[in-house]
Amino acid sequence: MILALVLTAAHAMILLAISPLLVGLIRKVKARLQLRQGASVFQPYADLVKLFRKEPVISTTTSWIFTAAPFVVFSSTLAAGLLVPVFISHVPLSFAGNIIALVYLLALGTFFLMLAGLDAGSAFGGMGSSREAIVASLTEPAMMLSVFAIALTAGSTNLSTVVHQTALLQGIVTDPAPHLMAFAALFIVTLAEAGRVPIDNPATHLELTMIHEAMILEYSGRYLALIEWASALKLTVLLSLMANVFAPWGIATTPEPAGLGIGLLVYLVKVAGLAVAIGVIECMFAKLRLFRVTDLLGVAFILALLGLVFFYILRS
Amino acid sequence: MLILFLLLFVGYAAGALLPFCFPAKPRTQSLLAHGCAGVASGAGIVLGLVGLFSPEPWTVSVRSTVPFLSLAVRLDTLSSFFVFTISLVGLAASIFAVDYVSELERKVSIGALGALFNGFLLSMTLVVLADDGFFFLIVWELMSVVSYLLVVTEHEKADVRYAGLFYFIMTHIGTAFVAVTFLFLYQASGSFSFEAFRDPAHRLPEDIRTLAFLMALIGFGTKAGIVPLHVWLPYAHPAAPSHVSALMSGVMIKTAIYALVRMYFDFLDGQFPWWWGFVVLMVGAVSALLGVMYALMEHDLKSLLAYHSVENIGIILLGIGAAMIFQSHGLKELAALALLAGLYHTINHAMFKALLFLGAGSLLYATHTRNMEEYGGLLRRMPWTGAAFLVGAASIAALPPTNGFVSEWLVFQSLFLSFHVPDMFLKLMMPLAASILALTGMLALACFAKAFGISFLALPRSPHARRAEEVPVSMRAAMGLLAVICVGLGLGPMVVVPLLDRVVAPFTEVSIAGNILAMDGWTLAPVSVEFSSLSTPAIALLLVAMGALGMALAALIGGSAQARRYKTWGCGIALSPRMEYTATGFVQPIKRVFATVYRPAVKLETEFLEESRYFAKRRHFEFHVEPVFQKYLYDPIIAFFTTMADRVKVIQGGSLHLYLMYIFATLIALLLFTV
Repeated sequence: MILALVLTAAHAMILLAISPLLVGLIRKVKARLQLRQGASVFQPYADLVKLFRKEPVISTTTSWIFTAAPFVVFSSTLAAGLLVPVFISHVPLSFAGNIIALVYLLALGTFFLMLAGLDAGSAFGGMGSSREAIVASLTEPAMMLSVFAIALTAGSTNLSTVVHQTALLQGIVTDPAPHLMAFAALFIVTLAEAGRVPIDNPATHLELTMIHEAMILEYSGRYLALIEWASALKLTVLLSLMANVFAPWGIATTPEPAGLGIGLLVYLVKVAGLAVAIGVIECMFAKLRLFRVTDLLGVAFILALLGLVFFYILRS
Repeated sequence: MLILFLLLFVGYAAGALLPFCFPAKPRTQSLLAHGCAGVASGAGIVLGLVGLFSPEPWTVSVRSTVPFLSLAVRLDTLSSFFVFTISLVGLAASIFAVDYVSELERKVSIGALGALFNGFLLSMTLVVLADDGFFFLIVWELMSVVSYLLVVTEHEKADVRYAGLFYFIMTHIGTAFVAVTFLFLYQASGSFSFEAFRDPAHRLPEDIRTLAFLMALIGFGTKAGIVPLHVWLPYAHPAAPSHVSALMSGVMIKTAIYALVRMYFDFLDGQFPWWWGFVVLMVGAVSALLGVMYALMEHDLKSLLAYHSVENIGIILLGIGAAMIFQSHGLKELAALALLAGLYHTINHAMFKALLFLGAGSLLYATHTRNMEEYGGLLRRMPWTGAAFLVGAASIAALPPTNGFVSEWLVFQSLFLSFHVPDMFLKLMMPLAASILALTGMLALACFAKAFGISFLALPRSPHARRAEEVPVSMRAAMGLLAVICVGLGLGPMVVVPLLDRVVAPFTEVSIAGNILAMDGWTLAPVSVEFSSLSTPAIALLLVAMGALGMALAALIGGSAQARRYKTWGCGIALSPRMEYTATGFVQPIKRVFATVYRPAVKLETEFLEESRYFAKRRHFEFHVEPVFQKYLYDPIIAFFTTMADRVKVIQGGSLHLYLMYIFATLIALLLFTV
C-alpha cells in the first residue's frame, strides 16, 4: 500500500517535472534546425513560474466554467498520465482504468477546454472550440482501432499488462507489421491530440490557423500556467504511451531500486528521442489546412485498420 | 407485491380521474394529477426493486370474457428492471410537472394533460408487465394513442399537428408488424399467453422464425427509432410538453428495447443464426452514427435531444447485437456481458436523457424559445439548471466518471472481446463497430459542448435570454434528483452490475457478476483484471486529488490569487453577442467534412448597393441539411401509394347500385372459387 502510494507519487512528480522539459527540447531542436540559437531547454519552467506569479485577468462575460476548466484539464490529464507506465511496467493505479479510460479522461479535458473557449464570448475562442471538435472527433476512431490492434497482440486492454508482457517478450507475434502500423497510426494521433504541426501549430497566434491557442486565448496568470502545463503533460502522456507500449524494453518489471533507476533513464531517453522526432517533423512540414487534416487522420485510421487485418491474417 | 401493484394501478387511475373533480382550478388539478403519479411511480420503484430481488417471477392473471384476452401480469427480473426505470423517470417527471404545467395553463386543460400523463405512465408500465400477447398489444396500442394525444397537446400549432400525424402513422405501421409477429407465435403455440410463446415445444418453423425476427425488428424498431425508421422521432418528441418528452425519449422508446430482448432471448429462446446479431449490430452502429450526426445540425434544443435518442438506442443495440452474436456462437459469458452493457446503457440513457429534456423544458419555461441561437449566458442566470444540465451533458458525452461512461466502456469491452468469436468476418466487423462508437462518442461530446456552450455560456444572444430567471423549486428538485442518480449510477457499478446480472442470467443461463467485479466490487473487470479494468470511484477520487494538487501548486508557486475582472478584448470595439460563435458556426467544419452525409443545400443571396458592388445592402443566407431518408425512402413509398389509390379510385362510382353489384359479383366469384 505504502509502496503503491510512493510509486504513484513518484510517477506524478516525474510527469510534472519532465513535461516542460520536453516542450523546451522540441523548441530547441526546431531552433537549431532553423540555424537559430534558441532559448534554453529549461525556458518553459521559467515561463510557468512567471505565469503562476502574474495577476490573472478574467473576462466579465465568463461564468465559473472558465475558472474551473484549467483545474479540470490539469487533473484529468494528470490522472490519465498515471495510467500509463513510465518507469515500472505495473503501475499501482492500473486497476482504476484501462486504455479506454485513458482516452476518455483526455476527452474530459478537451470537453472543458471547448467550453472555456466558448465562455469568454469572443469569436476566437468559439473558432478554436469548433475546430478542436472536428479534429478530436476524427482522431478518436483511429486511436480506438490502433489501441485495439495493440490490445489484440498483448491479449489485454490494460496498459500495465500490455507493457509488462511486451517487456518480458511474452505473447509477441513473429511479424511486427501490425504493431508498426498501429504505431504509425498512434503517432499521427499524438500529433493531432497534442496539437502539433502539421495539424495545429502551438507557436502561432494567427486566427486563420490556430486551434488550441484560440481556445485558451483569454487565459492569463495561474490559469494559463495550469493549462500550459496540462498541454505539456498531455504531450508527455502520449509520448510515454508510444514509447512504453511499443518499445517497453528497459522498463522495470519489479519494484527494485536499481531496476527503477534504469527504467527511468531508459524512459527519459525514449521520450526525448520521440520529442526530437516531433521537432524534426515540425521543421520539415508546413501546417495543413484545416480541411486537409481529415486526409491525414484518414490515413491514420486506415493504418490502424490494416494493422488489425494484418494481425488476423498473420494469426490464421 | 400485489399490494404494491394495486397501489401503482390505483395511483395512476386516481391521477387520471381526480383532476376532473376540480374543474377550473388548474393548480389543484396539477397537484392532484402529479401527486398521484408521484405516489404511483414511487410504488413502481419499490415494486421494481422487490421484483429484482425475488427469486421467482410473480404472476397474477384475471380471465376476461373477451375471447383470447386474459389480463395476465408477470413480474420477472427483466420486467422489474424496466418497471424500476420507468417509475424512476416517471417520479422525476411528475415532480417537474407540478410547476412546469403552469406554463401551459392558458393553452390547454391541465386536468386532461394530467390525466393523459398518468395514463401514459400506466400504459408503459403495463407494457413491460404484460404476460399475454393480446393484452400486450392492447396496452402497446394504448401507449401509442395516449402518447399521440400528449404530442398534440399544443394542437393549435400546425407543425405540432403534423408531428402528431406523422407519429400516429409511423407508430401504427410499427404496431402492424408487431401484431403479425405475435400472430406467427400464436399460430405455432395456439395461445396468446407468453408462457405458450416461450414453450420450446411450440417452436416456430425455421423460415417463419427468420420472418418473425425481421418483423419484430421493424415493428419494435419503429418505436425505438432505429435508422431508417427514426424519421418521426425528431418531430414527435420535441412537440410534446417537456416532461412528456422526457418520458417519451427516456423510457417509451425503451419499451421497444424491452420487447426486443423479450422476443429474441425469451420467445425465440436465444437460439439464432449469427447474422441476426450482425443485423442488429449494424442497425445499432448506423443509428448511433447518423443519430449524432443529425443531432449536430439541429439548433432546436429539443430536436437535438431527440436525435440523440436515436444515437443512444443505437449504442444499446450495439450491446444487444454483440450479445446475440456471442450467444449464437455459444459464448454465454460474453453474451451476458454484452447484454448487461446494453441494459446498463438503457437505464443510464433513461436518466440522463430525462434530465436533459427536463433541462430543455426549464430553458423553454424561462426563455419561451427552443432555438439555441437565442440562448446564451444562462449559466449565470440559472445556475441550478445549468449545473444539472452540465451533469447530463457530461453523462451523455460519456465523460468519466459519469454513468454514460461506464456503460459505453462496457459496450467497448464487449466489442473488443470479439476476438473470441471464431468467425473471421465478425472479428473484423465488431472492432469496426467499436471505432464507429468511438466516432459517435466524440461527435456527441462536440454536440454537447455546442449545446451547453452556446446555451449557457458567454453573453445572452437575445432579449429572451437576458430576461431569463431560475425556474421554480419543483423543477429544480426533479433535475437535481436525476443528476444525483446519473452520478450515482456512474460511481456505483458495484451495486448496479449484480442487479443487472439477475436480469440477464435467466436468458444467458450464466451468472457473471462474480467474473465482472474484482477487488470487492471496486473494479469492473470483464473476463479478468488482466484483460481490462475500470474503477470509477478510483477515477473520481483521482480527479479530485489531482485537481487539489493543481490548486496546491497554484497556491504554492503563484502570487496573489486575486484576479482582475475586465471585459473580453473585442479587437477594439465593444463586445456584443453578435460577435459570439453561433451554433451554426460551431458545427460548420463538421458539416463540411461530412458533406457526403449531410448534402447541405446552401443559398446565399446578396443585394448590392447601386453605387458600388463592394458594399452589400442585404444578405440572405439559408442552409438546409437534406432529409435523405424522407426524400429517397419515404417520398417514393408515399408517391407509390398515392398513385395506386388514384388508380383504384375509378371503381368508386358513388352509386349505391354499383356497390351492390360489386358485392354480388364478389359473392358469385367466391362461390365459383369454392366449387
